[in-house]
Amino acid sequence: MISLVPLLSPFLQEQEGSYFFPVQASEFAADTDWLFHFILWVSVVSFVLVVGVTGWFIWRYRQAREPEPQPSATHSVKLELIWSIIPSIFLVIMFWEGFQVFVDHRNPPPSADRVDVIGSKWLWTFRYPNGAELPELHVIKDRPVRLVLQSKDVLHSVWIPAFRVKMDAVPGRYTQLWFTPTIANGPDEFFPLLCTEYCGTQHSSMNSKVVVHPNAASFQTWMNEATVDYDPDPEKWADNGALVYKNKGCQVCHSIDGTTAGKVGPSFKGVFGANRPLASGESVLADENYLLESIENPIAKVVANYAPAMAVNGGVSLSKEEKDYLVAFIKSLAD
Amino acid sequence: MNSVEKEIHYLNHEKGFKSWFWTLDHKRLGLMYMWAVIAAFVLGGVFAMLVRMELMQPNSLEGGQFLSDQVGGLSAADRYNHFFTLHGAIMVFLVIIPGIPAALGNFALPMMLGAKDVAFPKLNRFSFHLWLTGALFFVGALLWKGLDTGWTFYAPYSTSHSDTSVIMATSGAFILGFSSIFTGLNFLVTIHKLRPEGMTWFRMPLFLWAIYATAVIQILATPVIGIALLMLSVERWLGIGLFDPALGGDPVLFEHLFWFYSHPAVYVMVLPAMGVVSELIANFSRKPIFGYRSIAMSSVAIAIFSFIVWGHHMYVAGQSEVVSVIFSALTFSVAVPSAIKVFNWVATLYKGSIRLNTPMWYALAVIWLFSIGGLTGLFLGTLGTDIHLHDTYFVVAHFHFVMVGSAIFAFIGGIYYWWPKMYGVMYNETYGRLGCFLSWFGFNLTFLPQFVAGTRGMPRRYFDYDPQFASYNMWSTIGAMVLMVGLVIGLFALVHSLIGQRRKAPANPWGASTLDWQCTSPPPPHNFDHAPSVDDPYDHDILRWDEQEQGFMPIDPVDGDPNLAKMGSARTAPATHS
Repeated sequence: MISLVPLLSPFLQEQEGSYFFPVQASEFAADTDWLFHFILWVSVVSFVLVVGVTGWFIWRYRQAREPEPQPSATHSVKLELIWSIIPSIFLVIMFWEGFQVFVDHRNPPPSADRVDVIGSKWLWTFRYPNGAELPELHVIKDRPVRLVLQSKDVLHSVWIPAFRVKMDAVPGRYTQLWFTPTIANGPDEFFPLLCTEYCGTQHSSMNSKVVVHPNAASFQTWMNEATVDYDPDPEKWADNGALVYKNKGCQVCHSIDGTTAGKVGPSFKGVFGANRPLASGESVLADENYLLESIENPIAKVVANYAPAMAVNGGVSLSKEEKDYLVAFIKSLAD
Repeated sequence: MNSVEKEIHYLNHEKGFKSWFWTLDHKRLGLMYMWAVIAAFVLGGVFAMLVRMELMQPNSLEGGQFLSDQVGGLSAADRYNHFFTLHGAIMVFLVIIPGIPAALGNFALPMMLGAKDVAFPKLNRFSFHLWLTGALFFVGALLWKGLDTGWTFYAPYSTSHSDTSVIMATSGAFILGFSSIFTGLNFLVTIHKLRPEGMTWFRMPLFLWAIYATAVIQILATPVIGIALLMLSVERWLGIGLFDPALGGDPVLFEHLFWFYSHPAVYVMVLPAMGVVSELIANFSRKPIFGYRSIAMSSVAIAIFSFIVWGHHMYVAGQSEVVSVIFSALTFSVAVPSAIKVFNWVATLYKGSIRLNTPMWYALAVIWLFSIGGLTGLFLGTLGTDIHLHDTYFVVAHFHFVMVGSAIFAFIGGIYYWWPKMYGVMYNETYGRLGCFLSWFGFNLTFLPQFVAGTRGMPRRYFDYDPQFASYNMWSTIGAMVLMVGLVIGLFALVHSLIGQRRKAPANPWGASTLDWQCTSPPPPHNFDHAPSVDDPYDHDILRWDEQEQGFMPIDPVDGDPNLAKMGSARTAPATHS
């Protein structure tokens, strides 16, 4: 049953931000929005003029009222110059203002904090100055941040609508963008970060969270929690693996509860110790060697009904230990 | 009309499949193009509706996912990707690019020149057979493994990652490219060599100027997409590194090559549409077009500028900042000639005698829709705003206003306009207008909400989206349904005119003074019995309404041909009428 309530929601709900935009959460946002509204009002006035005059002429010179056309000028250099030059002035202003905003976007201050952003099908990994690689982008209010983008496979693009910034992540080269966040998120709040360059099956779920901390202390607290050192005690390997599963983006394609809807790869539940039918028609016993091989060389033994879609190590960097932890984690999910 | 004496015209002078398939007659080829393009449009439309149905509600909602999980080894997300790709590829390569030039151009262009056919009729037939071959490749790709690269075929996804029939589709586009090049070449030569006595360059109907400018783009830009797609296929097939960095290539190079064609291609779609609208506005106002020379020259200016703006698709793609700034400045230059055309159309209405037949409704819809499409382009040409808007639903809405709102609406308007000439019958105005109104209304309802979805944060090519965009998407899907009903009624009105009680069309139902209206409806196989001579293409004073004929007749006809007006030097005295 389709609910028609959403049709009314723009009129019923209080929306965040303005009519056209989400909240202005970076120093760029106000400039972008101002420029947008400037062009919008120039366009609205032009459109109303064109359509208004058209409507007036249609009514005034309709055949019922004017059975024959009246002689009038077939051209007018003066008129045509006027309606070429006046719009041109506005076009020059638009270009110039857009150029100014663009220059700001493309020139990060040298003091900006650097975070490396690694795109791969279909997750974002953020590498912080301390070397930590995490699936979320955490930044500090009023501190400029420079994101250096790279891609491991196909074209991706980072878009943070609340900051009005966007840049493609291009394999084979580095690109960058920067911003200064101006609004700190409350607890459990975040700004969405979205992939805007089509990248395949899970393109629309290749998103992440941007969390703006009110101060450096808050950021450090989060960082300390997020980067617990793994306990090498073999008893803890499965727990460590659960963290790897979450932080390295395994959960994008693999569930741990046996569900497959919306997932590109098979669930980890009940894999270990089972006989896995393969796409080649053979089958294989899922032991530890098979699990490790499937991480390091995923297309060697593809499970039946699945495409060979996974990149080596899932497209992220995994240490030897992290792979051991993952294997232990998957083992712990055996039926 | 004497029903005993059967009229011989181009539709019935020979019969059978072969007489159509192997015809050299530009009118028959134009008609076959038209129906083939309409068939492709229906197919592309089905994919559009599948996309809209999936997006009607977010998947997180109970029952929000329209496509079922896992069909034929493909997930719902995969099939969604196939659908939007096939929608885009079919609509661009099989519908909009050939639409007006190949279908309406073939039908009308030689007659507008008073010629018997195009300059190279066999090449013309070859173009059509190439179109059919290209279409077969597309259908083959669809039936074999589908296509999920987006119509843009961006590397390295298309070369090293997609598990679909990419090479078959690019081969199809390659072949369609040749069809387009040959058509353009043919029209270019035809316009140069076959203009009748008295038709100087500045006495050509504006549709011909538009087709001429289009032909230049087709000939110069299409080879580049051909080569680019060939390079892409070579990389995918043989692993020769051209675009994939893993093989030593550069993906941005493909973007440059792709848009070097695909931006001018936008004008292959829009320029002929502007040509059609210029004809419609002038004839249904019974006025000479205002600022003829500016409209003609703006077509040429747009064609030239279209080659130097492609980089505006790549402001955030990693190209150099300086290049982006230059492309932005150049992009604004193309806005001026586009605006001039709209202003000239509006000024043409002034002091006219405006008849609101269905083709005119479509022409006025184009003024509305193209204005929105053009003005929203300003947000995207501006560097500062494009950073936020690039690859969002704002872009989707913008280019639909241009490519559908202008090109498709003008195409349908053109079909209605030339329909009496094509089949010798009049359609039902009520049905025609109803179809136009519903299409226009549904179109606005579909795409206006998408602008807001885009600015608020919805990226394009998304299988699923955040629930905050639910209302825009639901409005949009409802709009798409209304649009579909409008288009079906539009098609019905045309088919309806062919069955049952036919209303015979006069030679010149609209009072147009271009030559295509001065042969019978439908025209004889060789169009004209007498070589016409020409003066002003928008001099409506040479015609008057004939009650018995229910159409317009020349005041001063050529001896022995009542439909053909004496013009130019052959015209004896200035006509006067009450």
